[in-house]
Amino acid sequence: MSRVVVDVMLKPEILDPQGQAVANALPRLGVTDVSSVRIGRRIEIEFAGTADLDTAREIADKLLANPVIEDFEIRADDPVEEDA
Amino acid sequence: MTVRIGVVTFPGSLDDGDAARAVGIAGAEAVRLWHGDPDLHGVDAVILPGGFSYGDALRCGAIARFAPVMETVADAARGGLPVLGICNGFQILCEAHLLPGALTRNQHLHFRNRDQFLRIASTSTAWTNQFAEDQEILIPVKNGEGCFVADEPTLDELEAEGRIVARYARGNPNGSQRDIAAITNEAGNVVGIMPHPEHAVEALTGPSLDGLGFFASALRTLAGASAGGQPAGGR
Repeated sequence: MSRVVVDVMLKPEILDPQGQAVANALPRLGVTDVSSVRIGRRIEIEFAGTADLDTAREIADKLLANPVIEDFEIRADDPVEEDA
Repeated sequence: MTVRIGVVTFPGSLDDGDAARAVGIAGAEAVRLWHGDPDLHGVDAVILPGGFSYGDALRCGAIARFAPVMETVADAARGGLPVLGICNGFQILCEAHLLPGALTRNQHLHFRNRDQFLRIASTSTAWTNQFAEDQEILIPVKNGEGCFVADEPTLDELEAEGRIVARYARGNPNGSQRDIAAITNEAGNVVGIMPHPEHAVEALTGPSLDGLGFFASALRTLAGASAGGQPAGGR
């Protein structure tokens, strides 16, 4: 089993009201030196066999991200060996 | 001959019943269409209703776009079939690239639910020919993701080509760029609108009867099409 990770982020020019709301809450934590927060989405795709980056790119392009407002990056993710 | 207007039900659609009712009040026959059935059953126009198709998973309308019925609707829309997307239906039309831009989270992050004034900006679409230019209408708005965004060239193009169909008046409820409440495609047969005309068709429950104009416009469009010898529907 192999995993591909897709990160979807709003394009820089698109306003991110959720990120702004988080940024506005930071002073309540005593944090005052953050200038911006942007919120995106991480999607993990598990392939039954070997990771197919081309297929993952197609999935990301057609469904996971809306190219009008979002950019995406994909990468193969070697799962950390977990203790059996 | 009675005009037949299809209303699609997706899993999570809410306003399909009201849309079908509005179609009936306007004098057409409502035909219920199912998301999993690609057959449009010979309807003369299609309405994609409001709601939360597929639970708004991923993005509003992102999954519904791939429903079997949408492939047929998209082909028919490109062939001239009048299609009206209301609220979630507008989101689906944008996700399906039948309309430009996207609908994002309301700028203030609150779900907005109130009666809203709009100003009609284009009366040359299949769904707004019964209004007057600059006419103010009052219909309910209710959305959490109604903030219309597009890049500046697209917004300029929409304005230059008269494809902004309605603008919010007396206050913008969600932060939509250039106060956009409704837009149309190049041909004018596909319209997406965020507020809900189908909730303003009866004095008992609506703030006005202004919503009826959208459905009456479709009837007029289809009557004109059949009078001119053109097939009214795409199929």
